Amino acid sequence: MSPDLLAATGLLGLAGSAGGAVVGLRFRIPVVAGTTVAACACGLVTAGGVLSGGGPVTLEVGGIMPLSGFSLSLDPLGALFTAVTAVIGICAVIFSLGYHGPGLAGRPASTALPLFVTSMLLVPAASSVTTFLVLWELMALSSLILVLSDQRRRAEVQRAGEWYAAMTQAGAAAILLALVLLAGHAGGQSFAALAGHGPGMASWVRNGAFLLALVGFGSKAGMVPLHVWLPRAHPEAPGPVSALMSAAMVNLGIYGIIRVGDGLLGGGPEWWWLTVMGLGAISALFGALHSTTSTDLKRLLAYSTTDNMGLVLLGVGASGIFADTGHRALALIALVAALLHVVFHAVFKGSLFLAAASLEQGGGSRRLDDLGGLLRRMPVTGTVFLVGSLAISALPPLCGFVSEWLLLQAMLHGLPTGDVAVAVAMPLGVAVLALTGGLTAATFVKAVGIGLLGQPRSRGAVDASEVPAAMWAPSGVLALGCLALGVAPVTLVPAVLRAARVVTPAGVGDPLRHGWRLGLAGSRGVLDPVLLGLGLVAAVAVAAGARRLVQRGPVRRTAAWGCGREAQTSRMEYTATSFAEPLVRVFDDVVRPNRHLDVSHTSESRYYVESIEYHSSLDDDAFERRGYLPALAALRRWGDLARRAQNGSVHRYLAFGLVALLVVLVVVG
Amino acid sequence: MFLSIMRLGGVVEMARRLRNRPETIRATPPAPGPAAAAARRLRGSLQLRHVDAGSCNGCELEIGGTFSPVYDAERFGLRLEASPRHADGLLVTGPVTRNMAGPLRRTLEAVPRPAVVVTVGDCAAGCGVFRGGYGVEGAVGDVVDVDLHIPGCPPDPAAITAALRGLAGR
Repeated sequence: MSPDLLAATGLLGLAGSAGGAVVGLRFRIPVVAGTTVAACACGLVTAGGVLSGGGPVTLEVGGIMPLSGFSLSLDPLGALFTAVTAVIGICAVIFSLGYHGPGLAGRPASTALPLFVTSMLLVPAASSVTTFLVLWELMALSSLILVLSDQRRRAEVQRAGEWYAAMTQAGAAAILLALVLLAGHAGGQSFAALAGHGPGMASWVRNGAFLLALVGFGSKAGMVPLHVWLPRAHPEAPGPVSALMSAAMVNLGIYGIIRVGDGLLGGGPEWWWLTVMGLGAISALFGALHSTTSTDLKRLLAYSTTDNMGLVLLGVGASGIFADTGHRALALIALVAALLHVVFHAVFKGSLFLAAASLEQGGGSRRLDDLGGLLRRMPVTGTVFLVGSLAISALPPLCGFVSEWLLLQAMLHGLPTGDVAVAVAMPLGVAVLALTGGLTAATFVKAVGIGLLGQPRSRGAVDASEVPAAMWAPSGVLALGCLALGVAPVTLVPAVLRAARVVTPAGVGDPLRHGWRLGLAGSRGVLDPVLLGLGLVAAVAVAAGARRLVQRGPVRRTAAWGCGREAQTSRMEYTATSFAEPLVRVFDDVVRPNRHLDVSHTSESRYYVESIEYHSSLDDDAFERRGYLPALAALRRWGDLARRAQNGSVHRYLAFGLVALLVVLVVVG
Repeated sequence: MFLSIMRLGGVVEMARRLRNRPETIRATPPAPGPAAAAARRLRGSLQLRHVDAGSCNGCELEIGGTFSPVYDAERFGLRLEASPRHADGLLVTGPVTRNMAGPLRRTLEAVPRPAVVVTVGDCAAGCGVFRGGYGVEGAVGDVVDVDLHIPGCPPDPAAITAALRGLAGR
């Protein structure tokens, strides 16, 4: 396939960005949306060609940047990520046409949006260190501008932006060091040169580069303990942007870990991948737990992104272990499972985030305790959210089930493969998968039950009405995608296999039976999504038919039983907090909510209580409170000390100079 | 030692009393009740939701006794249910106070059809000493249709059991 479309992607993005900066308000949105969707379409077509076996697409442009050209090369692994980004990009941009949330029409935001989407499309295609770093930085900066869209109106956006800026720049610095370290020892900066020399480098270089890359890319993927920016920035960003970040941008962190670890370094020792698995397991559990306890709809979804990326990292780590111990087929299967989960997560998280933004716009709040009864008032959006919730809870026949099943199979079959560490890690991985599955189900029972069912809890929710088609259609398409991909993963598996083969050891036959039935070669376990779907439909039909047979006479409808109360109001309903309370209690040591109990007494006597206030909040998690805030406080104290030394007095600076001179004289003499 | 003997003595005494439960209940065959149609339908199993519509709690004590180990009405397929959704009908005590009239109607509304209403005690039939009280709406029959009345102030557990057995047909 010709590289023209790849070039067109980049140029359309630049044009869109220029248009967003120059064109007046009236035509700005059509120009920006049109060019961005066109860029996504070009990227999608290119990636589709590569994924269907058309061979890598390469584009070299000299002279754009000083000292080095701009080199892109889209192989199947990159193409998978580009394709996912393109689909999410198209849906999110169309969604933004109907979204009247904060400031997307503003000049900074509309300049940044095409750049953000295009850089995400091209990052997986970058094939030299400078190209990669430039695109990565472009992506980070443009997303930061988009996160800050609403900063004038709400102070918490600014705070989220600060966290995001600090974390993303620290991550970028780690990636820069990793790639520069590799490039320095490879004697060239193209990825081909790095991949050629990578496996033969000194072990400290390889270890250092991998760990730096894991830190840098892991923070982008929301890996615990580098996730702190994610539950702040994702909720505060405008709706379509949070969908883009959560469904497309975090994937690139995974891409980076796979590309550097498996691709450029050609795999590594077992402890690398045990580290990845361990961090993945912690991320999965921590994310799932915090999403269970979140009461803010978008924060809940953001934590669940950490959870799902943790599961992906489990798969990536398992694949690395298998590759290191020589089990190539299993390595391929585990990586396929991880990549499938990346794709499926993008589809359902995209639909969930877009639906959540619609619910926020329709219901006037994104706090679950202000919503309620929205399924009846916003039927399409509500259904979309419901489908996405079923998919993320990994219920068949929706897509989340397929990838988690495959991941489970890979880990179960990995049991007898390795040494003691593997024999311990794999069952733990299975257990983590099971526990997060349960917690995720509880989370989304809460989100749907509190947010969509029951009685509305606020004026906004009472007056909620369905959003325009430009908003429900893109999220609806993604929800349909959850169903289609869940029933027919056969449409996707060959492409994912092709992507996974890029970085796993060659010479493996076909370890997966991937017709309409999915199964591991040489194993009895088979997943037949079509049969499963048909079985479910048949079961529902039988149940409905049986009910009709049994039922005699018309059904008498009465009000819900409420112990004979005069009126049932929304104040009597379960809230999101109360729903999560038992789980918070069980996991109190991990979650550690901030609890405050204020008791005030009457002025006459301390025996009489005037009011009791109880606050429980989970605004910052344990890592933040225990790790980040003390570190920041220490940094600030250090800064204060430095300021004391730098008080502007000329005499003091002269004294410093004298002391320094004396020290130098003493040391040298 | 002394204490444990006392405790054992208590258990023996309890067992003796349980064995000599009021013979009237064990011997009496189910009286042909006033609601023979309901008895046919219920086939020996009657699940009731108890509603205190404003009783002095005398009847509650006797109902408690009815389902205690001594009288053990559950032997005859009679049970008190927690939810009207699971019940065949209501067991109502007391005159209906103004505040309980609505809840009583709503509770009956929540029982699947056909539903029986059984009233216990004289107050439920004619308001008893509470007749004419400012908080009293009326007798149970003024608020909902009553299928069976168990008279007494309060009726003793044996009477309650006998009447319910007649209704359940067992």
